[in-house]
Amino acid sequence: MPQMSSVPIAWRLQQPRYRLIGTICTKCNTSYFPPRSLCQTCRDKGKIEKHKFPGTGKILTYTVIRIAPEGFAEFAPYAIAIIELEPGVTVAGQVVGDPEQVKTGRKVKTTFRRMYTDGKDGLLQYGMKWELLDQ
Amino acid sequence: MSSIGIVGYGAYVPRFRISVEEIARVWNQDAQTISNGLMVKEKSVPDKDEDTITLSVEAGRNALARAGIDPTEIGALYIGSESHPYAVKPSGTVVAEALGLPNRLMLADFEFACKAGTAAMQVCYGFVKGGVIDYGMAIGADTAQGRPGDALEYTAAAGAGAFIIGKDPVVTLDHTASFTSDTTDFWRREGQDYPRHGSRFTGEPAYFRHVVSSSEQLLNETGYKPADFAYVVLHMPNGKFPTVASKKLGFTPDQLKTGLTVTRMGNCYSGSSPVGLTAVLDIAQPGEKIFMTSYGSGAGSDSFIFTVTDKILAVRDKAKKTEQYLADKKNIDYATYARLRGKLKV
Ligand SMILES: [Zn+2]
Repeated sequence: MPQMSSVPIAWRLQQPRYRLIGTICTKCNTSYFPPRSLCQTCRDKGKIEKHKFPGTGKILTYTVIRIAPEGFAEFAPYAIAIIELEPGVTVAGQVVGDPEQVKTGRKVKTTFRRMYTDGKDGLLQYGMKWELLDQ
Repeated sequence: MSSIGIVGYGAYVPRFRISVEEIARVWNQDAQTISNGLMVKEKSVPDKDEDTITLSVEAGRNALARAGIDPTEIGALYIGSESHPYAVKPSGTVVAEALGLPNRLMLADFEFACKAGTAAMQVCYGFVKGGVIDYGMAIGADTAQGRPGDALEYTAAAGAGAFIIGKDPVVTLDHTASFTSDTTDFWRREGQDYPRHGSRFTGEPAYFRHVVSSSEQLLNETGYKPADFAYVVLHMPNGKFPTVASKKLGFTPDQLKTGLTVTRMGNCYSGSSPVGLTAVLDIAQPGEKIFMTSYGSGAGSDSFIFTVTDKILAVRDKAKKTEQYLADKKNIDYATYARLRGKLKV
C-alpha cells in the first residue's frame, strides 16, 4: 500500500478525513463528499465553498471484511459501510465494534480513530470511523 | 477583574473493560484480595485504533460542544500524556487539526508522568490571565501500559479529560499552586515498552508526601478548610491512595466519592484527576467549591480550588457525561485484552 504511506497525500486528505469537510455549491445547494472543486450541475457557473457535514449518518449497505488487506489485518473481522451523510451524499467507512451488530438502516456517528499504522517506523494515519448509535 | 476558569469540559473513556478478577485469574492470584487492596473493580481498555491522540480528540470535541465557542477562538493547545503515539511529532498537531483549531496557535505536548494534564491547565490559566490568549485548551490523556504480570497491570487504563480555560467561565479557577521535588518512584527510559517503579517506595515519600504537601500548601495559603468544599478530587493510581490521602487531609469519604472514578475504570494516568473532575462537574451545583490535587511521578503535585457558577446548568447536558461513559461498557477476557494491547509479541 504505497499510497497509504505517502506523506503529501495524507496531508492533502486531512480535512475530509479528520473533520468530514467536503464542499457545497451555494448556487444550486448541492453538497459534495469527497470535496469537488467544480459543481457537476452548474459547472463553471457554480460557486463552491467548504462544507462541514454533521457527524451523523445512516448505513445504506455494508460488507464484513474477514480477510483484510495488508495493513488492516489487526482490525479483522470488521464492517465497511456505505453511509449516507445527506440525501445523495455518501461516504465509505469502517464501522467500529462488533460487525455482527451492523445492519442496513442503522444510524451511526463519527468517532476519531487511527486508520492505518505504517509498519514500526512509518506514519500513523488518523481519521473518522463510524460507531453505531443506540437503536 | 473578570474571573477566569473552565468555559467547557469533556471526558472520554474507551468502551472495553477488563476486571481485576479476570487478570488475577490468568496470573493465579487471589482476585478478592487484590481488588479490595487496590479498591479497583475493573479498568478501561482502548480499542486497537485508539490512542492518546484519538482520546484527546473525543474529549476535546465534548469540551468544545459544552463551551459553545468557535474552535478558531482557541489560542493554545497543550496535551499532557506519557503515551504520546509519536516520540517525535506532537500529538497536539493532529488533535488541533481534527478539532478545527486555527493555525495561529501556541502548542506543545507536555510530559510530567500523571500530572502533565493539570500542568497544561495551569499554563492555559496563566496565558488567559496575562491576556495573551482568549481561550486555551488543556488535555490530560493516556493509554497506560503495565508489564504483563506486574502489579500495574491491574490498574493501567485509558481515558482523557479536556478543559477550555477562558474568561466568563462556568467554573472559576480561584487558586492554583504546585509542590515539586526530585523523587524517582516511577520511570520509563526512552525506547522501553513498559515503565518500572520503586514498588513500596511509590507510596509514602512519593504520592503521599507530594499530594498532602501540595494540598496543605494551597489550603494554608488561601485560608480554606476541607469542610469548605463540596468535592475533592485527588490523583488515583488506585482507589486506596486517594482514600488514605483525603482522610489525612481532613476530607470525608462523601467529598471524595463522586470524583473517585478509578474504582470503575482504573488509572488513566494523565487523564486520572481530569476525568475525576469531569465526573464532579457533571453534577456539582452552583456555588459549590471543588478541591483538586494531581500527582506525577518524579515527582510533583498541582492543586486547584474551583467554584461552580450557575452557568454550568446550561452547558453540562451538551455532551456525553462521564457517568454515561462509565456505564456504557463492554467487558472482555484476558485473551481479547492481550490482543488489543499488543501484549503478545510474535
Ligand atoms: Zn451548483
